[in-house]
Amino acid sequence: MATYNLNINGKMQTVEAESDTPMLWVLRDVIGLVGTKYGCGIAQCGACTIHIDGQAMRSCQLPVSAMESKKITTIEGLSADASHPLQDAWRQHDVPQCGYCQAGQIMNAAALLSNNSNPNDQDIDDAMRGNICRCGTYNRIKAAIKTAAKNS
Amino acid sequence: MENINKINRRNFLKLSGLSGGGLILGFNWSSCNSPKDITPIKTMPKEWFGINAFLKIGDNGLVTIYSPNPEIGQNIKTSMPMIVAEELDVKWEDVIVEQAGLNTEWYSRQVAGGSQSIRHGWTSLRMAGATAKQMLVNGAAKQWQIDPSECSVADGIISNKKGESFGFGDVAKVASTMEVPKEEDVKLKKTEDYKIIGTDRGNVDIEEIITGKPLFGIDTKREGMMYAAVLRAPAFGQKLISVDDTEALKVKGVQKIIKLQILQRQKFKGENVMLDKIAVIANSTWAAMKGKKALVAIWENTSPAENTISHKIALNKLADSKSKKPVRIDGDPNTAFAQADEIIERTYESPFLPHNCMEPMNFFASVTNEKVELVGPIQTPEWTRGRIASLLNLIEEHDPEDKDAAKIAREKAFAKIDLQMTRMGGGFGRRLYGDFALEAVQISKEMETPIQVIWTREDDMTAGTYRPAVHYKIRAAIKNNKIIGYHLIEAAVNGNMWSSLADGFPASGISNYQCDNHSLESNVSTGAWRAPYTNFLASAEQSFLDEVAQKTGQDAVQMRLNILNQAKTIFDAHTKLEEEIKDKEKLKAAKQGLMAKGNYEPDRFIAVIKLAAEKGGWGNTPLGIHLGFSAFFSHNTYVAQIAQVKIVDDVPKVDKVICVVDCGIVVNPMAATNLIQGGVIDGIGHSMFGDFTFENGQPTMENFNKYRLIRMDEAPQIEVHYVNNGKSPSGLGEPTLPPAGAAVANAFHSATGVRMYNQPFVKDNKVLG
Repeated sequence: MATYNLNINGKMQTVEAESDTPMLWVLRDVIGLVGTKYGCGIAQCGACTIHIDGQAMRSCQLPVSAMESKKITTIEGLSADASHPLQDAWRQHDVPQCGYCQAGQIMNAAALLSNNSNPNDQDIDDAMRGNICRCGTYNRIKAAIKTAAKNS
Repeated sequence: MENINKINRRNFLKLSGLSGGGLILGFNWSSCNSPKDITPIKTMPKEWFGINAFLKIGDNGLVTIYSPNPEIGQNIKTSMPMIVAEELDVKWEDVIVEQAGLNTEWYSRQVAGGSQSIRHGWTSLRMAGATAKQMLVNGAAKQWQIDPSECSVADGIISNKKGESFGFGDVAKVASTMEVPKEEDVKLKKTEDYKIIGTDRGNVDIEEIITGKPLFGIDTKREGMMYAAVLRAPAFGQKLISVDDTEALKVKGVQKIIKLQILQRQKFKGENVMLDKIAVIANSTWAAMKGKKALVAIWENTSPAENTISHKIALNKLADSKSKKPVRIDGDPNTAFAQADEIIERTYESPFLPHNCMEPMNFFASVTNEKVELVGPIQTPEWTRGRIASLLNLIEEHDPEDKDAAKIAREKAFAKIDLQMTRMGGGFGRRLYGDFALEAVQISKEMETPIQVIWTREDDMTAGTYRPAVHYKIRAAIKNNKIIGYHLIEAAVNGNMWSSLADGFPASGISNYQCDNHSLESNVSTGAWRAPYTNFLASAEQSFLDEVAQKTGQDAVQMRLNILNQAKTIFDAHTKLEEEIKDKEKLKAAKQGLMAKGNYEPDRFIAVIKLAAEKGGWGNTPLGIHLGFSAFFSHNTYVAQIAQVKIVDDVPKVDKVICVVDCGIVVNPMAATNLIQGGVIDGIGHSMFGDFTFENGQPTMENFNKYRLIRMDEAPQIEVHYVNNGKSPSGLGEPTLPPAGAAVANAFHSATGVRMYNQPFVKDNKVLG
């Protein structure tokens, strides 16, 4: 076990973990932030998407040992009071069905909007292709991203 | 039909456990979609009063409604309480929804499956709300010393003719002690008076979902809980010879490695048949998964290793063989085929399919001598509890002939088991089978510690209970460009078709009809997968009919309507006799010689097809757009779809699907439309990409790098329309999926002239013919 100082959602936290432990499991098992979801473990589904220094990354592929000095943001820290334009748009469009993939979808979409404030359909498709929704809420995810872009 | 809605009167009499303050877990303010002028009650009450199994009322008028069924994304956690709230006549904004626990005394059919929650709950949920309302009115009337009929209720306020009023909270205490009114004294609302049913209401769990709060089974954490990963046989039909755990035990965090006792395979096909299991218990999920990877196990075949090519050959051979007894036979199919000008015969093939719920299988168990605590995602809590009681030998010995003794023994055992349902990250049928819950129980018992079992994605995909591989051979006898004979033959791994499916369309619409089925026994475990039995039947049948229409020069929609018109004459003849003859035996005698009805109402089927043709521009197609039509009835719901395909860069692309649904009354249109869109996209995704093969008994796909699920850029826009006929509601979890594959296949044909006989349609990025 080694000790790591991590900046998670604007707060410094000290965690003890094996060096190869992916951030996904550090967040879920060590820190108790379970909003970031396990889906595939091989960066193919996007359920574990978090932000590292503002960029969308798959936390199942990020060993904790490489995370010191990075700014880590999870769904729990996306906004202080659940008021991110994407969260509002998710409410407005009632996007989720089962809801399991949605934190990853929102985090991925948030990174898209921070890089491109007015994405067209192709931009959204390209950015969101890595996030699977097994329930098939794609129509609403896309609509909600457009609404959020408009309201940002 | 009416039996399903029979209410359990005891539901309304049992109050214990619901009264008093109690702990409110995971409550939700349902006000996110409320209009601005409504001010919801914002404080929690000092005291709650249990009115019946479905609801309790706070002294300030806030209402808690318990959603009885498991939530897998079908949104019943919102729509079932909406039905109760409607009849209670409370503002939805003043309702808190909680997931009910497993309680077979209070609730019936706490199952997520078969698209039946709303259909079965329709009467009991309304009665729960209406009965509670009547008790509140009786309570108010007693205080005013007037007759209850002089009171009126709206939005949680009871008023009398003098202009006095009580809020529900003011009379909740007295109402909770009042006699439960007789069923005949409880009035249900007229549909035109609905204020909540038929309106868009947001998902009651939306806040938790979009902020990442613990909500799913996998999010369960308990003091002292350890994590378990389980190694199972790599191939079906294998047993464990030996395991070397030296390296696994060296993984930091791994606490112990245990072999799980072998459970007997359940009689039904859905149970996972991998019996030998090795569990790695660790202080983190990561350590448990790493430890599992480090195990070196030797396995041996106990039955021949199966593979996809041999399945395919065997299924085709079965489809060509003569069955012992047709499932249904009408008229004289042999003569019809002998007299045909032409016989059209096609075979349709589909592979096994894994469920791939986004939340992999998992379960929490804490087993002590006194109590068994279970938390997790399960579609069949009642059945799973029973299996766990047997597994732990909790059911005391009793005279098997003595039903009362058996009931007492069961109840005593069940009293020790607390099973809490969590929101599920998808179900699709996989979570009907509780093998993962049993694993957690076994490990927790042995380890004497709370355990969460987590399956890796690879475990989830390779140790599944798959949609069986199915082939259909369909034959049509054509004379004078009309179908005079129809023969449907199914060949499926471990059987698939329920005999009732032989009564599905086009049965009763074609004079000479036959249906046969064959089963190929396999050691691969198979079970229910979203829209079991019909998920590929619809694709085959609706593709076939499209080709028959084309070959006989008929319009594809008109040909279906013609078949339905013939079915209608049979249906109407039955109805007439049923109205005229009340004596069962005489009715049976009178029906002799009359063709059996189909399992569908032709008029409702005709209505969805006509509306789809209208909304989808059938016969009026813009240039460059190619249409495919498909319609299917399953799970009590009628669906017709038109897929629009465009050719983009020489490749057919599904651009849009128009989906028309008759599910009766639509309880929550916003949620219903979501579920319909998802069902169509799921159907298209699996038809186009779903491929799951076996080599040497082993699945060759084990994660999403090889197993392709539909992604955003491949999902068409789904436009939804409803037939508004005011009929009692049926379900939506499944019925929009089956017809989707054929809608796409038929549109692909319009665009390219190529027919799709086998799923998946796309392999290695190429559209196959």
